[in-house]
Amino acid sequence: MVNNLKTYAVLTLVVIGLVFLGIGCTGNENSEGSSSVQETSSEGTSEAEAPAAEAQSIFLKGSDTVLPLAQAEAEEFIIEYPEKSVTVTGGGSGVGIAALIDGEVDIATASREMKAEEIEAAEANGITPVETTIAYDGITVIVNPENSVTELTFDQLRGIYNGSISNWKDVGGEDHDIVVISRDSSSGTYEYFKEEVLLEDEYRPDALTQPATGGIVSEVSQNANAIGYIGVAYLDDSVKALSLDAGEGFVAPSSENILSGEYPLARALYFYTDGEPSGLTKEFVDFVLSETGQSLVTEVGYFPVSQ
Amino acid sequence: MFNRNYKEKTIESVLFSVSALTVVILFLICLFLFRDSLLLFKDTSLMDFLTGKFWYPTSVNRQFGLLPLFFGSLIVTAGAILFAVPLGIASAIYISEIAHPKVADALKPFIEILAGIPSVVFGFFGLVILVPVVQKMFNLPTGQTALTGSIMLGIMALPTIISISEDAISSVPSTLKQGSLALGATRWQTMYKVIVPAAISGISAAVMLGIGRAIGETMTLMMVTGNTAVIPAFPEGILSPVRTMTATIALEMGEVPQGSAHFHALFAVGTVLFIITFLINLIADSIKKRYRFKVD
Repeated sequence: MVNNLKTYAVLTLVVIGLVFLGIGCTGNENSEGSSSVQETSSEGTSEAEAPAAEAQSIFLKGSDTVLPLAQAEAEEFIIEYPEKSVTVTGGGSGVGIAALIDGEVDIATASREMKAEEIEAAEANGITPVETTIAYDGITVIVNPENSVTELTFDQLRGIYNGSISNWKDVGGEDHDIVVISRDSSSGTYEYFKEEVLLEDEYRPDALTQPATGGIVSEVSQNANAIGYIGVAYLDDSVKALSLDAGEGFVAPSSENILSGEYPLARALYFYTDGEPSGLTKEFVDFVLSETGQSLVTEVGYFPVSQ
Repeated sequence: MFNRNYKEKTIESVLFSVSALTVVILFLICLFLFRDSLLLFKDTSLMDFLTGKFWYPTSVNRQFGLLPLFFGSLIVTAGAILFAVPLGIASAIYISEIAHPKVADALKPFIEILAGIPSVVFGFFGLVILVPVVQKMFNLPTGQTALTGSIMLGIMALPTIISISEDAISSVPSTLKQGSLALGATRWQTMYKVIVPAAISGISAAVMLGIGRAIGETMTLMMVTGNTAVIPAFPEGILSPVRTMTATIALEMGEVPQGSAHFHALFAVGTVLFIITFLINLIADSIKKRYRFKVD
């Protein structure tokens, strides 16, 4: 028994030691690297605590796409006004909007517009949703760098996602089956892509579904025949972004093309508040729209609202 | 004297209310689960739900067919059990009967640490390491398959199976073992003719608990099985992507409008899972009772 206890103690110490070693190696990079920001669900919360002196705090909840941006804005805001507190959590656009309807949050973040039935539900609860556009986001279609295909028309993209095109040779590539990857149905990006690209069609039922953007990037970077779509902030060198043609010629997902509106898969990111923002909520919204706030938008990987 | 009595009574009633509270909580959870899932059957028939072959929760003609999810869970769990049960029982026999006590003492804590690793870590390992390996080995379009899920799940179920079977094997009375050896049986014969049959109730319980863990596992499977809601073929479907019941709930609960048919459908899937786990526990219990009688 004593022997057993000893083994446990030694083992625990070794594991704890390794863990601390790990923290020491990576801790610093994580806190500043914007490329390492992962899309997280509601667990990924960033809490900012203000000194108790003047308990002024607001609460944001919603889109995982907006989450890294909202976190960066909140952190910067608190550095400037240490006595105030802004708490940000993710969970998905629908979660945030539902919380706004129930009056639980000051700001709902969303990567899509509120639906008519959601606005109705809010009004029934005595809440008037007011929309503020805080940034723009481009959705890029990505393939493996080994893939010879560099551009797709919307019709080809729709064919690939609804299942009528299943081989890369039908769109100018090599003779391989296409592995189609989508987000899960709780993602705002999933719905946006469905509305813009698939129109009335369904996703093909055998598409792989990934719970997070990180999963899509990981699979596409490993699988030469895969295709997926991600927010442009998550684009890196391990995958290749395609140019798209919605009827007016091929457009690359560059920042100029997304800002000018030429790139066909660009969308706005929103804050929703109950009525016009006031008090601390207004201060925070104004901060996000200020020059400092909008420069953070660029840093995180999205596109600022042109003023 | 009076004081002591009073103390005793207090402790007794506190313990009673704690256990009563547990029962009440369980009852309320069931009530909540069943109520929300029953609301689905206002506009979808029970037969359509149980025998439907398509899961299109957000389409215009939405369909809530349980079969693809059910078979997804089934094939992944079956694969995991095929791989984890022989390995688990073999390790348990090795640790309790063959290994030098020092080796066994070193092995046990390692196995228990394996149980403490968060499932998201297993999932990440599977996604980054195992998925490409499976894809290359079988030359598949994607490595996110039921097989990948089964292997990860098997690894995760191993600690449960090993530690509980090991307990069962160690608690077989040594008189049985000595009797067998005294009659001239070899160590190997003693193991598989005497010790394992004598411990079979505990081993079955271990296997059942392993299945229970496998059915309920969510995070790892969501990350490595591809989440494709298509009924897998049998047995070659083990090499195709699948979606399990738990992964469906976790994937879709995030943004489903509360009170919608989709919301209730997810609760109905939860109810089916609950019933399956309940049945597994019942079976484990009855196996335990039946075999214990024989040994005593």
